[in-house]
Amino acid sequence: MAEATQAYEVGRHPELPPPRSEVGVLGWLKHNLFSSPFNVVLTLLVVWFLWTVIPPLFEWMVLNSVWTADTRKECWARMAVPEDGACWAFIKGRIQLFIYGFYPHPLRWRVNLSFVLLVLAIVPVLYDKLPGRKYALWYAAAFPFIAGWLLVGGFGLTPVDTDQFGGILLTLIIGVTGISFSLPIGILLALGRRSTMLVPRVLCVLFIEFIRGVPLITLLFVAATMLNYFLPPGTVFDLLVRVLIMVTLFSAAYIAEVVRGGLQAIPRGQFEAADSLGLTYFQAHLTIVLPQALKISIPGIVNTFIGLYKDTTLVLIIGMLDPLGIGRASLADPVWLGLAREVYIFVALFFFICCFSMSRYSLYLERKLHTGHNY
Amino acid sequence: MAVVTGTGSDTRNPIARLWGNKKARSVIVQIVTMAVVFGVLALLYRNVVVNLAAIGKEFSFDFLNAPSAYDITFSPFIEYNSRSTHLRAAAVGILNTLLVASCGIVLATVMGFIMGVLRLSKNWLVNRTVYCFLEFTRNVPVLLHILFIHGLVVTQLPVPKQAMNFADSFFLTNRGFFFPAPVPEAGFWIVATVFAISVVFVIAFGRWAKKVQDETGRTYPVFWISTGAIVAATAVAFLAAGMPLSWEAPALKGFNFKGGVAIKPEFIALWLALSYYTSCFIAEIVRAGILAVSYGQTEAAYAVGLRPNRTLQLIIIPQALRVIVPPLASQYLNLTKNSSLAIAIGYMDVVATIGGISLMQTGKEMETMMIVMLTYLVFSLIIAGFMNWYNKKMALVER
Repeated sequence: MAEATQAYEVGRHPELPPPRSEVGVLGWLKHNLFSSPFNVVLTLLVVWFLWTVIPPLFEWMVLNSVWTADTRKECWARMAVPEDGACWAFIKGRIQLFIYGFYPHPLRWRVNLSFVLLVLAIVPVLYDKLPGRKYALWYAAAFPFIAGWLLVGGFGLTPVDTDQFGGILLTLIIGVTGISFSLPIGILLALGRRSTMLVPRVLCVLFIEFIRGVPLITLLFVAATMLNYFLPPGTVFDLLVRVLIMVTLFSAAYIAEVVRGGLQAIPRGQFEAADSLGLTYFQAHLTIVLPQALKISIPGIVNTFIGLYKDTTLVLIIGMLDPLGIGRASLADPVWLGLAREVYIFVALFFFICCFSMSRYSLYLERKLHTGHNY
Repeated sequence: MAVVTGTGSDTRNPIARLWGNKKARSVIVQIVTMAVVFGVLALLYRNVVVNLAAIGKEFSFDFLNAPSAYDITFSPFIEYNSRSTHLRAAAVGILNTLLVASCGIVLATVMGFIMGVLRLSKNWLVNRTVYCFLEFTRNVPVLLHILFIHGLVVTQLPVPKQAMNFADSFFLTNRGFFFPAPVPEAGFWIVATVFAISVVFVIAFGRWAKKVQDETGRTYPVFWISTGAIVAATAVAFLAAGMPLSWEAPALKGFNFKGGVAIKPEFIALWLALSYYTSCFIAEIVRAGILAVSYGQTEAAYAVGLRPNRTLQLIIIPQALRVIVPPLASQYLNLTKNSSLAIAIGYMDVVATIGGISLMQTGKEMETMMIVMLTYLVFSLIIAGFMNWYNKKMALVER
């Protein structure tokens, strides 16, 4: 105890290391997990919860899973304890169905080609440092039409009926079309809603509020059952096209509200500055107002896109077979009866990967475009 | 050098001059837009008339009074059988939509607030666990959640013969959740009246206490007095009236339970799935709302001597609510609209009754879809109206 009693002059005490309970693993544990009695209880509860959920789930999904089998019975026979593992053989055997739907086998190279083209079209949109990005963007704008030609056929290619589209292909068709067409329409609607002219403004408000007030499923019902009544007699309209129109209009109304929020956040001075430079309405909006407004609206726009992408599953209610629809149809196969969990987990993972990457990209973009003060 | 003068435009032709005038241009654009819109509408109307005439249908709502000839298994509020009219079927559907939407809103709000607060916790483990759950749930379509939960409820819960039994009166089975139904007997109106009177008294007392506090600063334990008054008065009335309430317990008959109140598995699945899906969005809103209140507010509250719980109650929450409520209302609206997915699992909401089976049976696509859309539009307007009222009430009063 000699050290403890040694006297120092004021301000001369040598610096001591921090107590062991405040640094390192112990300190982290103390501050992050056990900082108060309530937190101790909470931590223990969560540990108990994770312990009861994760190991069995991992065993079921990975350790006890079976990847090759032809029937459910065979699947279960291969397990140490029947029904104790996931039967991924089911998904593996039907993966073609999940990706292409009923697209004719010999023509599936066209689907693969359009997947590759889609990736090539997305890259210049996402990365702005790409050399020759300007031309790549023109290609990206043309992509929906190129892909449409590839998939549907005609003009030299064997036509494929859109009834045969399904699975991930269908999700991507609806998602990409909806995303690429709803943004320009949404911007126009937002500008219309903020117009000083009464007639366009009222029309835009009515349209936006009507679409936002009803569920998408009712619009899809309209597309499926009664859109033909509004068309000239004898017009036959493909169901997929009707659905695409409805999904695009639906998401355009939401985009319009997001963009309107962005437009409202632009200070008046920006408009006045553009006016004083003698810019016309379109020049002012294209070069001054919209670039700023869209930048602010990015999180909202991406959120709308994620919502649209998730909403593509609703087409199963009007009888189209997206991945979830294919999964539900597969569940009715008597050979594989009772494997709902595998199907739902597979489809959930597909959507999670797509939507989560979209939300991460939006965060990255937000940080990159943040040109204001960095506190 | 050419001299540009104000009279330069006079040399152009009259149409170009008119177009050069901002006001005139605006009028022209609007007139043209009107003409185009009315033209399109007229064309659509003509198409509808021609098309309907071609297949021999007529546009009328008369079918609403015809018997529906189908059964709805879940109609907790009004009597319904297959001889009832389509109008009644629509009413059952609307009430079922309202039921699942309001139950969902309550549960989603509670879960969302809890998860939003847990996301702010300094406890790393809790924070991360909730974050993983939120991100996973938010990024998976709600339809998948609904189908998955429905599958779980139907396949994982026991059949009625092996029902999960709680105290012989609550039964959880794959045919639904059964619990005793209250049956009021003679004299129950006394209890109901006493309850109503005590509620009125409590409201008046609350107002008076607020007035006293505003004028003199004296506070009363309003919450405890109110609860006590309502519970005590109702209990005394209940005992004095001779306990005029009996319970009808569900009992196993054949393959299912009879009697009591039955909550269908479709309702349970839809309610749970919608609630936890929406609560993930609400959690993010709550978190953002609380973070939006600057820490200086807390410090200022401590500086004037408020205790932590009073700080939360009087300083943080009112300011956070201002940020939370508008997006919260739009989540409520989303939940209500998502409840239309009920049709995927066979819960009889307005889309499934009038927009589903009635549509198929009568072939009145246009009329039934109009009713369905109008229903949702009215819900939207009500929620939007409430939100505006609340926003106005809570808005910052500036000088």
